Amino acid sequence: MSIIQILIILFSVFAISRTVRQFRQGALTLAWLIVWIVFWIIVGGVTLSPQTTDTIAKLVGVGRGVDFIIYISIISLFYLVFRMFVKIEDVEREITKLVRKLAVGEAEEAREVKEAEEVKEFGSRRL
Amino acid sequence: MRTIAIIPAYNEEKTIAEVLLNTRPFVDEIVVVNDGSSDRTAEIAKSQGAIVVSHVINRGLGASIGTGFEMSRRLGADVIITLDSDGQHDPKEIPCFIHAIENGADVVIGSRMINRIGMPWYRRVANTLGNFATFFLFGAWVTDSQSGFRAFTAYALRQIKIQTNRMEVSSELIAEAKRNKLSLVEISIKAIYTDYSLSKGQSFWVGVKTLAKLILRRMNQ
Repeated sequence: MSIIQILIILFSVFAISRTVRQFRQGALTLAWLIVWIVFWIIVGGVTLSPQTTDTIAKLVGVGRGVDFIIYISIISLFYLVFRMFVKIEDVEREITKLVRKLAVGEAEEAREVKEAEEVKEFGSRRL
Repeated sequence: MRTIAIIPAYNEEKTIAEVLLNTRPFVDEIVVVNDGSSDRTAEIAKSQGAIVVSHVINRGLGASIGTGFEMSRRLGADVIITLDSDGQHDPKEIPCFIHAIENGADVVIGSRMINRIGMPWYRRVANTLGNFATFFLFGAWVTDSQSGFRAFTAYALRQIKIQTNRMEVSSELIAEAKRNKLSLVEISIKAIYTDYSLSKGQSFWVGVKTLAKLILRRMNQ
């Protein structure tokens, strides 16, 4: 076994332990826990016997198994970045809503105070 | 007809007083949306008698216009005018917008591209690119999609939903007018370009970012 294989397997084990910890803390749902564990098991399996990917690669028409994994990884990363971009936009919109609510509320309050003062002034002038 | 001007402002203490002074004779009320300015913009606007709505943090042009719209609704506006706080627009032209509304328009865009006097060539190129982007993404063609001088009826305001936060809003407003089948009219305005107002416009990279956000907005529609 080469050093890179040992490193990747060790990292997979570490990643699984972290995922389980996140799940215990309630930061992850059961569905995502399973998804991540399966993902890291596949990573570990492929690392132990890289030939398995060659079969899949041939099946879909890519030369080598490693190339196939790289293609899939890049596509997944792009998708993930896109998802995050959309998510950030959503968060930005929510922040704006909050800021707007505060701003309009404050302005309305200031206007009411001003109007009350004007009424008071007008009343005292009449007296 | 109750006319309200919305002026979004971010650190415009140098120009805001004059803009307010010149706008005052043409409208019933002025709403300045102070977008998290760190200078005396809000203070000056208040002393000029404007209604100041202050964002606690900077949220961008789109967010400011959205806040201005919300405030106008509460104030019972019939006609809503938006104009820039950097002195680029001449408030004397506001009656032309109101005239267009009286003639049946729901949305009026003040175009700097009909009479291009004084517009630097790179601005002309940038604006044309903005127009093409607006057309290809939303199917709405105008000669100046990035203009900040606009007018809306109360009806248009009820139909238009602003989702974007920053510079994308200019194209979004046109897209929304088109989506809601509002009658959109363009009128020619002159733009007053000073070194100051030019420094406040969109830079190249902001333009690229604006385009990316517009594509995303299109996908969300």
